[in-house]
Amino acid sequence: MLLEVQDLSKIYGNSCGSCLALTGEEHGRAICPECASVVAINSISLTARKNEILGIVGESGSGKSTLLQLIYQDITASCGKIFFNGLTDDRNQPLNILKAMPATVSHLRNKEMSMIYQNPHLGLNFLFSAGGNIAQRIIGAGERNYEKIRKGALGFIDRIDMETSRIDDYPENFSGGQQQRIQIAKALSSSPKLLLLDEPTTGLDVSVQAKILDLIKELQQEIGFSMIIVSHDLGVINHLTDITVVMKHGTLVEYGLTDQILEDPQHPYTQLLVSSIL
Amino acid sequence: MINISETKTKTKTETKTKIIDVQKIEKVFTLHERNSTQVTGFSDVSFSVNRGDLLALTGVSGVGKSSILKAIYRTYLVSSGEILFHRSDKSVVDLVTCSESQILQLRKREIGFVTQFLKILPRVSALQAVAAPLVETGVSEQDSLYQAANLLNMLGIREELFNISPLTFSGGEQQRVNIARGVIAPKDLILLDEPTASLDEQSSDRVLTLLADMKEKGIAMIGIFHDRKKIERVADKTYEITRKNTEKPFQAIREVA
Repeated sequence: MLLEVQDLSKIYGNSCGSCLALTGEEHGRAICPECASVVAINSISLTARKNEILGIVGESGSGKSTLLQLIYQDITASCGKIFFNGLTDDRNQPLNILKAMPATVSHLRNKEMSMIYQNPHLGLNFLFSAGGNIAQRIIGAGERNYEKIRKGALGFIDRIDMETSRIDDYPENFSGGQQQRIQIAKALSSSPKLLLLDEPTTGLDVSVQAKILDLIKELQQEIGFSMIIVSHDLGVINHLTDITVVMKHGTLVEYGLTDQILEDPQHPYTQLLVSSIL
Repeated sequence: MINISETKTKTKTETKTKIIDVQKIEKVFTLHERNSTQVTGFSDVSFSVNRGDLLALTGVSGVGKSSILKAIYRTYLVSSGEILFHRSDKSVVDLVTCSESQILQLRKREIGFVTQFLKILPRVSALQAVAAPLVETGVSEQDSLYQAANLLNMLGIREELFNISPLTFSGGEQQRVNIARGVIAPKDLILLDEPTASLDEQSSDRVLTLLADMKEKGIAMIGIFHDRKKIERVADKTYEITRKNTEKPFQAIREVA
């Protein structure tokens, strides 16, 4: 098992203690009626194996991006556990990475997991060149040899079908689609075991979207890593993922093989979602 | 003891071993968007298939033949019943209850599905589309493309079309590309949804020859066929889907005809 999430929750506000029990899909709300706290993620458990590709779908505000950010530890969870790739603590017990030492957390964030954001400003440092951004990640993963870093950066620029002569250009001088490609190159340059993608192609025109999705799929098959993709576009989910998770009001309402979710949805919300495809 | 039983399975004269055992499966769709109306897809379906055999599912349109194939592939979740799959390592998994990850593993190596229509991206050539499932199992790209070309040749696809997207092909050509794609990677059980539906005499003859070759290799198949002649040529037994389902050995069908 590469990733195991157990009873993960995220509450915004001072919880009254019964927020989790009073919200979620069965109550039809994510705001606690007692204390008005917002329950963004409510007791979610899921697993991802090596090389598996998971999709997360759900309406805006259902907690999809929050879930990714909790796994990547961009934000702090309220409660729950996450286990990653058999990591153990000093007593040889499975390590809950939410309680790991800062050094372990940065190693996970800089090397083992990578996140690709919808907004390139979150994933790229606009003060560094394209090559500099990739180099930053390679250095973060532990490489110190200048030649190897430069060579690695050039290799990844080439892999995303970009002219290597543009390695020293700054992100603002690239188009939106190219910025996404640089984010992909940067994210993969540390050879992560898990790639998290938050609406990676939303807002791009369809021809660029198709090329980027193809690139992601190609690299996944070539390099071999697990992915969790958040998208509201069922076409993207159908194209890329093996397993789909459906979220509503911060809870997981359905989990299944992607073709099963699309062809034989069980939950009323999933049926509504699938019947809404144009 | 263990050694003896292992050599036994390797001898060809040994009676055929079972690969799948479908027991009393039923599918009821609940349509929440339509006031939770319940629609029965199929019910009380039971049959089993041996390695190297082909079972033909027959019955009128809308009786649930494709739904049964989808249930075996777990694209549909059955409402009740068991689907026991006997793996080559002799372990048995229930395709109804095993984990999604297990199904993904089985789909990669053991259970294939040739759907009625080709569903691929418009940016992929015929050769690549056919080779892809083999590449996924770890075979080199060069070898996979070579095998894909052989298979397309055998199915009568003109070589000048190899590097073009099959979505621009005719219906019959698309169907053959789809079959090639479905059978290129070695599998133990292949589900076929009307593999010869839109093919002319000559093309469907090529497909039936391919299916017969696959049976020789010990591959089991469950296929939907409408044409009695084709069934007689490749099927070992038929299972007719009606309100009350009956499994008849192939011989019985021939006597009736």
